[in-house]
Amino acid sequence: MIISVRRLTKQFGSFRALDDVSLTVADGSLTALLGPSGSGKTTLLRIIAGLDLPDRGSVHIGDRDVTRVPPQDRGIGFVFQHYAPFKHMTVWDNVAFGLTIRKRPRPEVQRVVRELLQLVQIAHLADRYPSQLSGGQRQRMALARALAIEPEVLLLDEPFGALDARVRKELRTWLRRLHDEAHVTTVFVTHDQEEAMDVADHIVVMDAGRIEQEGSARELYEEPASEFVMSFIGPVNRLDDRYVRPHDLDLAVDPRDGARPALVERVVYLGFEVRVELRREDGLRFWAQISPLEAERLELVRGQTVFVRAARGRSFAGALPVGAGMRGPETTGRA
Amino acid sequence: MTSTTGAVPRHGPAFGRYDGQGLLGPGLAAGYLALLVLIPIAAILWRSVSDGLDAFMMAVTSEQALAAIRLTLSLSFVVMVINLVMGTVLAWVLVRDDFPGKALVNAVIDLPFALPTVVAGLTLLTLYGPQSPFGLNLAYSQAGIALAMLFITLPFVVRAVQPVLAEIDREMEEAAASLGASGPTIVRRIVLPNLAPAMLTGAALGFARSIGEFGSVVLIAGNLPYRTELASVYIFGRVEANQPGAAAAVSVLLLLTSLLLLTAFDIVRRRISRHDEPVSA
Amino acid sequence: MNLATTRAGQALPERREVAAHPHAARLTLRAIGLGYLSVLLALPVLMVFLRTFEHGLEPVLAALQRPAFGSAFWLTLQITLIAVPVNTVFGIIAALAIVRRRFPGRSLLNAVIDLPFVLSPVIIGLSLVLVYGQTGWLGGALGDLGIQIIFAPPGMILATLFVSLPFVVREVIPVLREVGTDQEQAAYTLGASRWRTFWRVTLPSVRWGVIYGVILTTARSLGEFGAVAIVSGKISGRTETLTTHVEERFLAFDLVGAYTASIVLALMALAVLFSMTVIQAGRHDKGNH
Repeated sequence: MIISVRRLTKQFGSFRALDDVSLTVADGSLTALLGPSGSGKTTLLRIIAGLDLPDRGSVHIGDRDVTRVPPQDRGIGFVFQHYAPFKHMTVWDNVAFGLTIRKRPRPEVQRVVRELLQLVQIAHLADRYPSQLSGGQRQRMALARALAIEPEVLLLDEPFGALDARVRKELRTWLRRLHDEAHVTTVFVTHDQEEAMDVADHIVVMDAGRIEQEGSARELYEEPASEFVMSFIGPVNRLDDRYVRPHDLDLAVDPRDGARPALVERVVYLGFEVRVELRREDGLRFWAQISPLEAERLELVRGQTVFVRAARGRSFAGALPVGAGMRGPETTGRA
Repeated sequence: MTSTTGAVPRHGPAFGRYDGQGLLGPGLAAGYLALLVLIPIAAILWRSVSDGLDAFMMAVTSEQALAAIRLTLSLSFVVMVINLVMGTVLAWVLVRDDFPGKALVNAVIDLPFALPTVVAGLTLLTLYGPQSPFGLNLAYSQAGIALAMLFITLPFVVRAVQPVLAEIDREMEEAAASLGASGPTIVRRIVLPNLAPAMLTGAALGFARSIGEFGSVVLIAGNLPYRTELASVYIFGRVEANQPGAAAAVSVLLLLTSLLLLTAFDIVRRRISRHDEPVSA
Repeated sequence: MNLATTRAGQALPERREVAAHPHAARLTLRAIGLGYLSVLLALPVLMVFLRTFEHGLEPVLAALQRPAFGSAFWLTLQITLIAVPVNTVFGIIAALAIVRRRFPGRSLLNAVIDLPFVLSPVIIGLSLVLVYGQTGWLGGALGDLGIQIIFAPPGMILATLFVSLPFVVREVIPVLREVGTDQEQAAYTLGASRWRTFWRVTLPSVRWGVIYGVILTTARSLGEFGAVAIVSGKISGRTETLTTHVEERFLAFDLVGAYTASIVLALMALAVLFSMTVIQAGRHDKGNH
């Protein structure tokens, strides 16, 4: 089911949450709305769901204009950040809710609920109340509940935000696998770029009520359209007018062509990578990311002078001309 | 008893011993309560049977006494049911609706708590008694008593439900909507079940209050024995007739009945709040 | 069991999208709610004010100048001025005992404090007469010492103390629990004695609870009728309070007199209501401390 929103604008008092936003979500895709708080991503999701109404613009699901249609009739499933469990009902009744109010026959309800509980692996908790479940279990219940009504579109609002790191990673994998099997058009909101890149086919980066850029993880990472996208999607050093990723910096012990000297201030061993905090002669601080093997080879110590060269970098329109020194084999224009 | 918000209860001063064992405060409090409350209550219990068990039985089985108690309980019950409905409606309007003057309305709800009962009775009598401009005379009638009880117990359910309604997770309602539930369905299946414990608490408190109500009914009821005489008025009558034994006996009966009913309320409330029990391992 | 004590002025929650509820339903509920309140509360109160001044100002002034009214008024004030401080001190002590001390019978104490909510004022009055009356358990001995309790102001004070007992305790306990002992412990580490900490740290931290409890206690004391009626003997000019004066005037067919005394009480009640609203609003702004 395709989702398309056209020219959505939404204001809360004097705060403009969405500013003329248009977006098309491909049928069967798993799309992430990524951005910092206040970027409008949750507002956009809620408008698609019908939980908020736009001031201007329209929402289409499939070929239906659902802009004025209440959430009950949009054929969506929604999973809330804090799960919104029905506290007064058991897990079973929670998942069965959508079917119960549609007056589906009992045997059908029982079958569907049982299957879903098994799918999300909480069948053994069916008679418990939400307050007796852990965060991860509650989230899975919320997911099962939304899936029970076989929605055409699945919407998730920061679904893993309130969970701790390990559970979050498990559920991410799990959501991905679920989507691969069911192929329901899914949109989820997150502020965590790693999560977006891990789970989604397609990422929409938002800031201040606007869409900054959309594309695959690779496209956004390698070809960011703006400084905002580049620094949001991954770590970045700003060197004069160029933006260079820490892992695109080459370090050498001996002077080389095109490399500038810098002082090693700190070497941080992080297991899978080594972070080298550097300071240029003019005082500019930045950091490089190298493999442990590299670090060993270079025998880096604090106070040492190394010679730094950017393998690649990026400039954005309106930036100052390329400064002296930080030149690499490719200059402006390189992807 | 209210429970702490998850904090570890810590004992120890203000003022006194550090280990929470000091007994000066508790002693003073207990002494005050004993002199003021416990001993007098004990006196009633004792006096009810001090003329002998036969006298006790005669007093509590007297037709007039039983009629008074029956009337008290049935009217209090009817009033409680009305309060459950209207109290919830008012709480809803105050929490979910918005209109000019809402803050004033919110404040006015507490008027029955602040106004002396006798004045409340007189007030209702003015509008609904013999000199009513509407020609609606409820004096000397059970309806009049019920009206007085409704006035007195108005704030209980409203104030019990308001904070709970305000705190209800709106996302639960949104979730229900996203799952296809219509507005009335959401109210019926999501909101009301979550309000039920608070509604019951407020209703029970109002019920306890109206059982003992005296000041507001004494003017409007006319206190006709068997017809509009409440238990409290009957007891008062026994005291004035210099029959403290009978008065004490019927008091004890009334107390036992209230205690029973309130315990029943509490049990029901606990059962419907089962889902709030904390996470088990 | 806790009395759902009044919350006038409680911060009314922010509006979320009211779009969720259909307009018609909302208006209907509003009409029903407000209609009910008018019929039960607003109109009757309005009526009293109208009826009082129906025949002009003179009858009212005359009623105010009756000696019986005067003595009832002053007696009511005196009783209140004694009962409120006593129950405030008790309330603070009891709240501290219940929250901060461990002792056998603590939950019993807590339950007993709720008794005045459940007991009919008539029963309360009777119980006091049985103990402090001339033939009562303690009354006899006190009588020999020349102290008369029942049918005299002391008994009325006791009755008022009994009925207004729980309010300060019930308001202070939750605040005390929430505040915790952290601030006090910080004070100790800074060198403050326990007594000083109590005055300068503990009491101020619960002041809103105390204030609100005092207001409720005052309202209750002013308005008490049943218990005082039994205990006082309603002797006009000697043991009559404003509330029993209202009844007396009513039974004497002096409606203006009854209304006048009622208006005085109602105005005091409105003053109480007003301060409740203001205090509660202030409490919520300042985060309840």
